Amino acid sequence: MSTKLMSYILKRLVLALLTVWVVVTITFFVMHAVPGGPFLAEKAISEAVTKQLEAKYGMDKPLMTQYLTYLRDVGTRFDFGPSLKQRGREVADIIYDGMKTSVKLGLIAASIALFFGIILGTIAAIRRNKIIDKVIMVITTAFVSMPSFIMGSLLLVLFALKLELFPANGSTTAGLVLPIITLALYPLAYITRLVRSSMLDVLGQDYIRTAHAKGVSRTKIIFGHALKNSLIPVITYVGPMLAYIVTGSLVVEKIFAVPGIGRAFVNSITGRDYPLIMGTTIVLSVLIVVMNLVSDILYKVVDPRITLE
Amino acid sequence: MSKKLLSLQLDLDDFIPATDEEKKYMVQMRQSTTFFRDGVKRLLKNKVATASFIIIVLITLLSIILPMIWPYSYDAMLGVSPGKPVDASYNNLRPFEYGATEKKLIEQGEKVFPHILGTDSSGRDYFIRVVYGTRISLAVGFFASIIVLVIGMTIGSIAGYAGGKVDLIIMRIVDIIYSLPDMLMVILLASVLRVALGEQIDNSALSKIGSNIISLFIVFGVLYWVSMARLIRGQILSLREQEYVLAAQSTGAKGSWIIRKHLIPNSISVVIISTALQIPNAIFTESYLSFLGLGVNAPMPSLGSLASEALNGLASYPYRLVVPAVVISLIVLSLNLFGDGLRDAFDPKLN
Repeated sequence: MSTKLMSYILKRLVLALLTVWVVVTITFFVMHAVPGGPFLAEKAISEAVTKQLEAKYGMDKPLMTQYLTYLRDVGTRFDFGPSLKQRGREVADIIYDGMKTSVKLGLIAASIALFFGIILGTIAAIRRNKIIDKVIMVITTAFVSMPSFIMGSLLLVLFALKLELFPANGSTTAGLVLPIITLALYPLAYITRLVRSSMLDVLGQDYIRTAHAKGVSRTKIIFGHALKNSLIPVITYVGPMLAYIVTGSLVVEKIFAVPGIGRAFVNSITGRDYPLIMGTTIVLSVLIVVMNLVSDILYKVVDPRITLE
Repeated sequence: MSKKLLSLQLDLDDFIPATDEEKKYMVQMRQSTTFFRDGVKRLLKNKVATASFIIIVLITLLSIILPMIWPYSYDAMLGVSPGKPVDASYNNLRPFEYGATEKKLIEQGEKVFPHILGTDSSGRDYFIRVVYGTRISLAVGFFASIIVLVIGMTIGSIAGYAGGKVDLIIMRIVDIIYSLPDMLMVILLASVLRVALGEQIDNSALSKIGSNIISLFIVFGVLYWVSMARLIRGQILSLREQEYVLAAQSTGAKGSWIIRKHLIPNSISVVIISTALQIPNAIFTESYLSFLGLGVNAPMPSLGSLASEALNGLASYPYRLVVPAVVISLIVLSLNLFGDGLRDAFDPKLN
């Protein structure tokens, strides 16, 4: 590994850490800028009780002290404090429970998107301008411009309510099929288009013509020479794809009532559960930042032609 | 006269000066064209982009004109009239059904304007709500992009012109904002701002727009200017180094002339294109936030909030979801296709 690459990785790592810190800071101060405080939504409570509650949650201390305590707790122990609305539960536990479902959902959706996206993209590229290519392109264009909540709702109407193929409730395993499809369709369409264009680009390269000229079979050229190189752009998309799946899961979990972290986040916003909002924002942000970091670094490692600035 | 094949003897007939007519025949001059006209010509050749443009213009015009001439308004609950109990027969009408009093009117031979898409659960004409929601979504997308353009252009050109430490600091800030998970920050800021701003805005002149849309604009202004700023800074840095700028300078062109004749025309297309591509993004974000309940203030509809409300009665009234869903996909799709067409037509370098 060259020193140049090392310094690039180091630079990206610092930026990632800085980003996470900025996220934590923004989240903290934004949440504390809300007028009235988190107890305003509760039923009319006396001032004494409010004081007591504030003392219990450490909210009577100066803001900077609270901030430093929060930073320390989150940084060292992943402790986001107790939830305000779900009595007796720690935010970290709620997030952990939600993550179990959401990670499963996201990973399956991402794998499906990658697998079928690469296959369909390759087919479209080698059958360029044929019927099958045109069909794939039209369908993927439609999918790319459809917001995930609309896709999810339409799938819900069609497959759960009209055809009754899958349950509409996502708390069972069979109920996870539709949310997974919803989450996978956009990245699938995107990857298909990405692979198609980069495959076409690669197939026009000189070394492919050389391989043709020396008599290598078409299958071997496509799978042995072209596919590997045309997958490089896909690596850069892995980070944004996971970011998309994370934000997409917010609405998808709401539509299908999946007991995941996305639904916990949405509920925490409507219920003004401030520690939970902060906790989920930070965890999801860290997830996205880390994935972007990994896919950026991987991109540079895989393709030595890319110049490092 | 016969001539040997390899003879150097010239045929003088070939060297007679051409007549004016012959000259005219040889010279094929196209009328000189401006950059803009040239781009439009190329854009019109692109059938997909032209069709998308027509669709966008149609949808925009309809969303502006229809609410003016429609007999129902987007927030009028048809079953509610002052001094009378609420007439529930107006709630949840199916397409082309009528409420109780309207049926009476029809029996008396009067004409009643049909509810093309029926009414919603509060007895509001659904068709006009979709039209009005389209208008809101388009307006939000348009103004959010303008905000992003203005902020990004200002900061980007400051960074580009000033250079040095100012540039360095601005670009580090841009880097950090750029790597923030935008959607999560948008949700966070939107959910807090609407509470924080709610009271102040409700008592001011802005109350008609609503605190939620204003906080949406603020969020856009805070988060999405970074890519525009990057783009404009890059444009300025690269254009300053171009040979034709050097050539203009060497022939004695003044700074203002270079900016007017070279820098602005050469960077404006890139700026317009990325603004055009920002609009569907903003519409997308607005509908996403509306769907999570963070969008426009009720009773104002937007396409996202209509889709979100439709989820409750999905089993009985699926068309209430399908209609706004189709409209929003159509808008986003045609704006994207048109933006791509614009890019191909006005910025051949990018391709």
